[in-house]
Amino acid sequence: MKSRDANSLQKVWAWWLVGFMCYIPANVYPMLQTRTLFQNDQSTIIGGAVELAQYGSWGIAFIILLASVAIPLAKFWAVAYLALSVRRPGAGFNNSRHLMYEIVEYIGRWSMIDIFVVAILSSLVQLNTLANINPGPASMFFALSVIFTMLSAQAFDSRLIWDGQAKDKGSA
Amino acid sequence: MKDVPDHDLAVPLTDLIVCPQCDAVYHLKEPAAGEQAVCQRCHTVLIAPRRKAGLTIIAVALATLILIVGATFFPFLTIDAAGNKNSVSVFDSALAFSNGPLILLSLATAALIMLVPLARAVLTLYVLVPIVLDLPPAKFAMPAFRFSQALRPWSMAEIFALGCAVALVKVADLATVGFGPAFWMFGVLVILVVAQDSYMCKWSVWNSLEHPKKS
Repeated sequence: MKSRDANSLQKVWAWWLVGFMCYIPANVYPMLQTRTLFQNDQSTIIGGAVELAQYGSWGIAFIILLASVAIPLAKFWAVAYLALSVRRPGAGFNNSRHLMYEIVEYIGRWSMIDIFVVAILSSLVQLNTLANINPGPASMFFALSVIFTMLSAQAFDSRLIWDGQAKDKGSA
Repeated sequence: MKDVPDHDLAVPLTDLIVCPQCDAVYHLKEPAAGEQAVCQRCHTVLIAPRRKAGLTIIAVALATLILIVGATFFPFLTIDAAGNKNSVSVFDSALAFSNGPLILLSLATAALIMLVPLARAVLTLYVLVPIVLDLPPAKFAMPAFRFSQALRPWSMAEIFALGCAVALVKVADLATVGFGPAFWMFGVLVILVVAQDSYMCKWSVWNSLEHPKKS
């Protein structure tokens, strides 16, 4: 009987890599295509947030930057750090690493908020000639990136963090 | 609850409990209703029984079921700009991506905000109703419960609700936006989904699935 998935780390890195690959086009291509009477506007994730900040909606700009830039990047870093750290037995900080894992698992889903905003906006703002909002290609890549990083975090076996401690005790 | 020393392996397996997050082993001692058994090492809640939790969860799951169906098809938001009106349901907003390859995204959105919460409510009812009625567990109750637990991170109703708030602010200066009946249903739904999760003690459910009462 085996109590550990021997391929856990391989799966983590595979999902991580695909997620990261999707995250790049998600930031390069436009997320929203806004067509009003006089102009045709395409904005990327960061561009849209900057625009909002210029209009004075600092709070919303902050939420969007947090959910679609800061959290995904922090998540890539955290999962990579955890996966690297379990390779070295006795890396220490077991409690804080475990807490980090729980935060990553909890917070990763919230990146989906940007996709939902795009979905709501582009179904709501269909006002014939006056204004139209449509989703851009980045929305697809962003959703995939969030899904893949969630799978990456789920593939990580949090018990690996504590296995190092058990080995240290056994040898002492 | 204490760590098990190496020489003490004569303990029957049913008297042991292993933390699912960090693999620490403890002697099983069931806490009283309202108390919690917490892993000393990683602070994961192991057992948290509550009085009448089964009935509460069933009631919440039923309410969730009704609200999801209602919130899906009633108008959710209405928009009005210079005589151009549009009202959308959650179903419409899930289908916003329905042109070209973005249809996949459409399906994913529909699944995350409606189908997954719906499936979890149905699975919860399927597993818990026989247990609460002291009947033998339903067929395939164990895989059903495991599946509903695996679906948990993919149930994103509460994230959709916050997304609504963001979207509202974004269009507020473009047009007048109003709330439809489904908006309020969705608000209640979000609270119910969270309540369902916090009332559920996974260990108690597994325990009653593995040791059904003989009636």
